[in-house]
Amino acid sequence: MTALPQQVAKKLGLVIDLDTCVGCHACATSCKQWNDTGHSAPLTDYDPYGASPDGVWFNRVHTYEVSDQGHSRTVNFPRSCLHCDNAPCVTVCPTGASFKRAEDGIVLVDPDLCIGCKLCSWACPYGAREFDEVEGVMKKCTLCVDRIYNANLPEASRVPACVAACPTGARSFGDLGDPNSGVSQLVKQRGGFALMPEMACAPVNRYLPPRPRAAPSAPPLTPRVAGFDSALLRWVDRLLGG
Amino acid sequence: MPYFTANAQPTVELAPAAAAEVKTTTCYMCACRCGIKVHLQKGQVCYIEGNPEHPVNRGVLCAKGASGLMQHYSPARLSKPLLRVGPRGSGEFREIEWDEALGLAQDWLGAIRRRNPRELAFFTGRDQSQSFTGWWAQQFGTLNYAAHGGFCSVNMAAAGLYSIGGSFWEFGEPDWPHTRLFLLFGVAEDHASNPLKIGLGQLKARPGTRFVSINPVQTGYSAIADEWIGIRPGTDGLLVAALIHALLAAERIDWVYLARYTNAAWLVIDDPGAADDGLIARDAAGLPLCFDRLTQTLTPAGAAGLEPLLMGAVSLADERRAYPAFHHFAQRFLDPACAPAAVSERCGVPVATIERLAAELAEVAFEQTITVEVPWTDSAGRPHAGFVGRPVSMHAMRGISAHANGFETCRLIHALQMLLGSVDVPGGFRYKPPYPRPIPPAGSPAEPAAAGAPLTRPPLGFPRGPEYLLNDAAGNPLRLDKAFSWEYPLALHGMLQSVIHNAWQGDPYPIDTLFLYMANMGWNSSLNISQTLHYLTDRRADGEYRIPRIIYADAYYSETVPYADLILPDTTYLERWDGISLLDRPISDPDGAADAIRQPVVTPDRDVRPFQDVLLALGAQLGLPGMTLADGTARFPGGYAQYLTEHTRGNEQGPLAGWRGAQGEQSFRGPANPTQLQRYIDNGCFWRTELAPAQRYYRYANPAYLDYAVAAGFIGSAQPIVLELYSEILQKFQLAGRGHGTHQPPTHLRARVCENFDPLPRWQTAAQEPAPDYPLHAITQRPMHMYHSWGSQNAWLRQITARNALYVASTLGAELGLTDTDWVWIISPIGRVKAPVKLMHGLNHHTVWTWNAIGKRSGAWALAPDAPEASAGFVLNHLIAELLPPRADGYRYANADPVTGQAAWFDLRVRLEKCSATETHAASPCFEPLPARQPAPRARRDAAMLRGAPTGNHTAAHREYLGGSQQKPAKEQP
Repeated sequence: MTALPQQVAKKLGLVIDLDTCVGCHACATSCKQWNDTGHSAPLTDYDPYGASPDGVWFNRVHTYEVSDQGHSRTVNFPRSCLHCDNAPCVTVCPTGASFKRAEDGIVLVDPDLCIGCKLCSWACPYGAREFDEVEGVMKKCTLCVDRIYNANLPEASRVPACVAACPTGARSFGDLGDPNSGVSQLVKQRGGFALMPEMACAPVNRYLPPRPRAAPSAPPLTPRVAGFDSALLRWVDRLLGG
Repeated sequence: MPYFTANAQPTVELAPAAAAEVKTTTCYMCACRCGIKVHLQKGQVCYIEGNPEHPVNRGVLCAKGASGLMQHYSPARLSKPLLRVGPRGSGEFREIEWDEALGLAQDWLGAIRRRNPRELAFFTGRDQSQSFTGWWAQQFGTLNYAAHGGFCSVNMAAAGLYSIGGSFWEFGEPDWPHTRLFLLFGVAEDHASNPLKIGLGQLKARPGTRFVSINPVQTGYSAIADEWIGIRPGTDGLLVAALIHALLAAERIDWVYLARYTNAAWLVIDDPGAADDGLIARDAAGLPLCFDRLTQTLTPAGAAGLEPLLMGAVSLADERRAYPAFHHFAQRFLDPACAPAAVSERCGVPVATIERLAAELAEVAFEQTITVEVPWTDSAGRPHAGFVGRPVSMHAMRGISAHANGFETCRLIHALQMLLGSVDVPGGFRYKPPYPRPIPPAGSPAEPAAAGAPLTRPPLGFPRGPEYLLNDAAGNPLRLDKAFSWEYPLALHGMLQSVIHNAWQGDPYPIDTLFLYMANMGWNSSLNISQTLHYLTDRRADGEYRIPRIIYADAYYSETVPYADLILPDTTYLERWDGISLLDRPISDPDGAADAIRQPVVTPDRDVRPFQDVLLALGAQLGLPGMTLADGTARFPGGYAQYLTEHTRGNEQGPLAGWRGAQGEQSFRGPANPTQLQRYIDNGCFWRTELAPAQRYYRYANPAYLDYAVAAGFIGSAQPIVLELYSEILQKFQLAGRGHGTHQPPTHLRARVCENFDPLPRWQTAAQEPAPDYPLHAITQRPMHMYHSWGSQNAWLRQITARNALYVASTLGAELGLTDTDWVWIISPIGRVKAPVKLMHGLNHHTVWTWNAIGKRSGAWALAPDAPEASAGFVLNHLIAELLPPRADGYRYANADPVTGQAAWFDLRVRLEKCSATETHAASPCFEPLPARQPAPRARRDAAMLRGAPTGNHTAAHREYLGGSQQKPAKEQP
């Protein structure tokens, strides 16, 4: 019920490397603290010291065990809004509160227009929307829209908070609509993929799959000595060139 | 048809005002000590980010660091000094003023100091100012001082310092830009966690590298390893011994490196029964001898141009026989008991995997050798065109550190590194300044002083033989924790885990006051919690507590607070000065020395004081030397900030190495600079100096570095540091156990000393050998987002993890008929704990594990009484005995390594029993709730109020950021 822009000038988004994510949650808490005073502030905490600690998070990290060539491996999976080209959370919005920016494709919620009907969270197949029970409005990842262009911040800080924090460098940020951008090249090189393309949401964010595990490639060792006595015979005259 | 079109796109404020103020300081959410930038709005802390210029974290920040806000605003913060009025454990306190608190402490401690300073036991937990608190203990005159290393990592510190003059933990790291094969033993997620994560990210991005994780549990960094080896806990040393065996048998070792840089060629006296059997043969000047095959003579080892013998017998000048140290090493590890086939089943690692790993180590070390093209000359005068590197690196931390056999396991890893020639070479393990240090480092433990007098040295040190131990004439321990006694001779970090028991028992002697700082000994930092609480509350026949007085300093209402008599409330880390000193645990990196400060970013809104200020004030009131002027007034009325600037020791060294001298023109040494702290603040609260390229490798034998290190005050002499494949010092203890020398163990400890001191590393079974009734290993780890951050009370972090489960291998679960909906009793010889089950594939079959320290005691940490941490969370501490089963005569040793005193909390063995349907869904054991305290003021902040005002000052361009290839250079000093 809300229109998507005819065309977006840029497709800003995240590229998340599942090969290097160690599941440390640095992206999640950095996001939490920036956005707690950011565009959609606050990221309300419910019962923070009580029986059911929970709250609004724009970025959550899940850890799974998956089967890989007969072995189990652990995969850490950070999950946040994918800023879809064909965002059903926007088109379903009855008030225009959910919208996709024509300038950069970022999907945002205008809290003044949001009536808290939650249709968008039903529409999003990725579970990326977060309803603030206290404020009664929907919230979500803003791609730190209040950081990335903010000339009041040092240039180095003008990236999403999750990206700045990530200790293993598993998160990248840029224009995925520009095939020549670094992030697009990264996606190309590493076989980056979209989540659940069958849902036809055309997500912008990409995930890089775990690289094939490097296989050891060493010729087997050849035993030269069969125990200490033979070693003694072979090594007693060994020249070392000290 | 849409109702709303893109034309109606709401406007968005793209450039809210930046924080009114941004201050730099150092994080304290764990032991990593990253640089942070703290944003302030309306005087309140509103955002914390990594400092891009800081050498430790280069701009990144972990989940803990980014949750520091909630630690700072925690309602569990203490707000005023407290004096106990009810019985211990009741939590009944009276709020008192600081004058009264300090007066009481002065009365108690003053009397002790006049009477017998050892009656004060001062232990400082997760203290980051140990060079200061140790100095305070020294001035007070008590031997009974240490931090928490006894249950943390002392075995690995000792193993490193007594073999390669450095150690893992945050004291060294892989040469990330060059390493090709990286072996990680266990978890490494607290100390240096961000440098490790940055390094792993770099490693993963570089083609041709492999990362092998050896860990019973496939979590954390294991998730991104190229290979995970799910080893059985406590058998890493056996695996390493088999790798050594395979490399020796294939002659794939670095012979030249061993001969030049280790003591492999040193001759070991072979004279069974003699007082010097197993010691190093030396010349008249005391220099170690080798046998030069070119000249067929005994000659001092280490000179260039020798052809030292590594195997076979030689005759010494007195006609006695000797063998090179390597001869003994080869004899031990070529033994069939070390063969892969002999260890495979015990380790749970297939023979083929061990043999393949050995082949890979050899291939990478010797066929993929790399050279950093920087000319250098070694200590023997040999010129080298470049630094030749074996690009095999290893790192190890938790896991190995918590087993009683971890000292030997870690020595085995260091031996493997020496065998491959991969210590401080390109692509190998690299030291961080001020390491390497002589083996062992200078300074022995302080001896007792007379009442009222200071100790002549700091309490902790490095024994070089039995004569440096702290025993009385009868051979009994002089320290309360029995560190440096015949029971735990190399307990270099003390034994905090034994202090409460020993004080209660009066063994070796009763004390008066237990003074603790930042150590949650009433809960997750103690083994056998209920027994520990008994020790804290037990009374003598006359009604007096058996531990008469307990003073506790901490910032938060932990489980320990209600058990103390006097509480000295500390500040949060954003409200204090601190020095991250090279005299302490440095934040250097392999390419440069660094130190840092914390500055108060905000002023406390409670009646609390920084603990270091309190210690200085108390020291002045007690008239302690160094803290008092001749007229009796305080030496440091400006508190810790003044101490950091003005305190000097040695040759014009101080807590901070940067900007010394009147104009701030000197580094490392120099007179105090009154503007030093401001210089640090101006530089982002850290200081770093870069090593020259020729000073960065082979530092144990690199005069360009060693001379620098002498000038910097890291070491006393530029003599090369010879790595010790064979430890003569450990042999000295062995000989004492056999009845040689002036200092011998009492009869009842001789066998223990002989069993446990071996000049060569070897694998040992755990102290608690498995009883058939307890077939499973039970281990713990902290979640990466909570490691070392003391507190799942953090409002954000507990939203990620507020409850824990017992993880069981799915294969074991199938055997035991367990599913994810079951609860089990985890049963050890001393108790049982109830837990929900979670099945997991990536887990050693014989091992169960859980997240540590999630379980909390109801009422503590300002959590609601029904918080899941208390109602469903559990800790395994209840199952771990603090003492080993009694000896034949009833005496009980600590559950610890008999060499280093390391607490053996990973040696826990358990069995599982499925709970009945009526038993599920409630934690057990359940302790009486602690009385809740009034939350600290202003615990919650109004986040929306802190949003920046609109400015319209935005740019059109976005900035691209590529994580994998990002360049994050640390700022270099001119």
